[in-house]
Amino acid sequence: MATDPRAPEPLSLATFTQGIWKENPVFVMLLGLCPVLAVTNTATNALAMGLATLFVLLCSGVLVSLLRKVIPKQVRIACYIIIIATFVTIVDYAIQAISLDLHRALGAFIQLIVVNCVILGRAESYASKNTVINAFVNALGMGVGFTLALLCLGVVREILGFGTLFAIELFGASFQPWAVFALPPGGFFALAGWLFLFAYIRKRRAAAQSEETHVA
Amino acid sequence: MSDETPNVTAPALPSSRKLITALAAIAMISGLLVAVTFQVTAPVIKKNQQEALERAIFQVLPEATVAANFQLEGGQLTALTAEQFADANVFAGFNAENQLVGVAMEGAARGYQDVVRILYAYDPAQEGILGFTVLQSSETPGIGDKVETDDAFLANFNPLDARLNEAGDALANPIITVKNGRKVNPWEIDGISGATITSTAVANALNESAATMLPTLMANQDALVAPKGTD
Repeated sequence: MATDPRAPEPLSLATFTQGIWKENPVFVMLLGLCPVLAVTNTATNALAMGLATLFVLLCSGVLVSLLRKVIPKQVRIACYIIIIATFVTIVDYAIQAISLDLHRALGAFIQLIVVNCVILGRAESYASKNTVINAFVNALGMGVGFTLALLCLGVVREILGFGTLFAIELFGASFQPWAVFALPPGGFFALAGWLFLFAYIRKRRAAAQSEETHVA
Repeated sequence: MSDETPNVTAPALPSSRKLITALAAIAMISGLLVAVTFQVTAPVIKKNQQEALERAIFQVLPEATVAANFQLEGGQLTALTAEQFADANVFAGFNAENQLVGVAMEGAARGYQDVVRILYAYDPAQEGILGFTVLQSSETPGIGDKVETDDAFLANFNPLDARLNEAGDALANPIITVKNGRKVNPWEIDGISGATITSTAVANALNESAATMLPTLMANQDALVAPKGTD
């Protein structure tokens, strides 16, 4: 974040990958944790939630970027919220049309995408200052990063909590599910595990890099 | 997070008209997008809901093999054809021998987040509620949605007493939720501790629906016949 955040960023691979690795919304920025913990009890729910968020992130990013010169600074947050709420409503209808069971499984958390800080954060800190293409690519990266993070949790929790993956039985009937992972506390345990892993890898990488610069 | 620094004079505030125009324009774009999506998805959602309702009928009436549609309105119970499914509010289930196994009806009450809509099965022979299933709810996952899965809660419905008074115009005893472990009467629902509001919502939905529907339904019991033989 050393560069002036107001300067439009040139399009690069990093525009896309920063949301997946360097600034992963869940594992690095710890944003939007409410759906991360709440609807990752199965891999299917996690994937659906991730894709719904990805869609809202993409569409609102593009629209905010398109309108960035029109929206007066004083009412920008109100405008972003209206735009985000619009796409959340669209996603809500779309999921109801695709599968009512899925809609029931995700429950109130679809509507709550409106208050997901990842989306408002992207609109405010990126889409409103960059071109449409950049905003699209960046939102795609963030959305993919968010979806992957949700999937990481969902896979672990479903395997341990139900003994299944995407509702496919993995182990025999003798498998005793570790029920706590299907329950809300399991979300915290799984998230802690992944955060630990991420922090460990990042630290190792940083150490390796500083060693390289020392040698050079 | 703000870009402004105090020693720089703040930029002049744009006229209110500009702000209002911008907000109104964005709200209009939003409205248009939502309206279009609603138009496109509404028929699909309606079809999904009907299918879900059909599945729910056989779920609350597991012994039923056929369901007949009825409409209860203004003290009248009218038989509807299968095509008039959307207008029906009473679904009678019959087993393979064409005997009435129960009647499925909808109830709704305010829950913790939003309205909880349920479909419950009523057995006119036992004058009791056999069970229910949730059609729509936004209750807290892991807490409020336990009303569907908690075995102790579901054990209330075997059956839950919902008999009418002697005049036959109201429930003899209102269906209420009591605190977990305090159930003494067969018309009381033993609530789930921690999910009191949703437990109460289920009781309210049952009570309200049963109180309005059952007097007419029981008075017109004879109209509940299997659809076989009619055309």
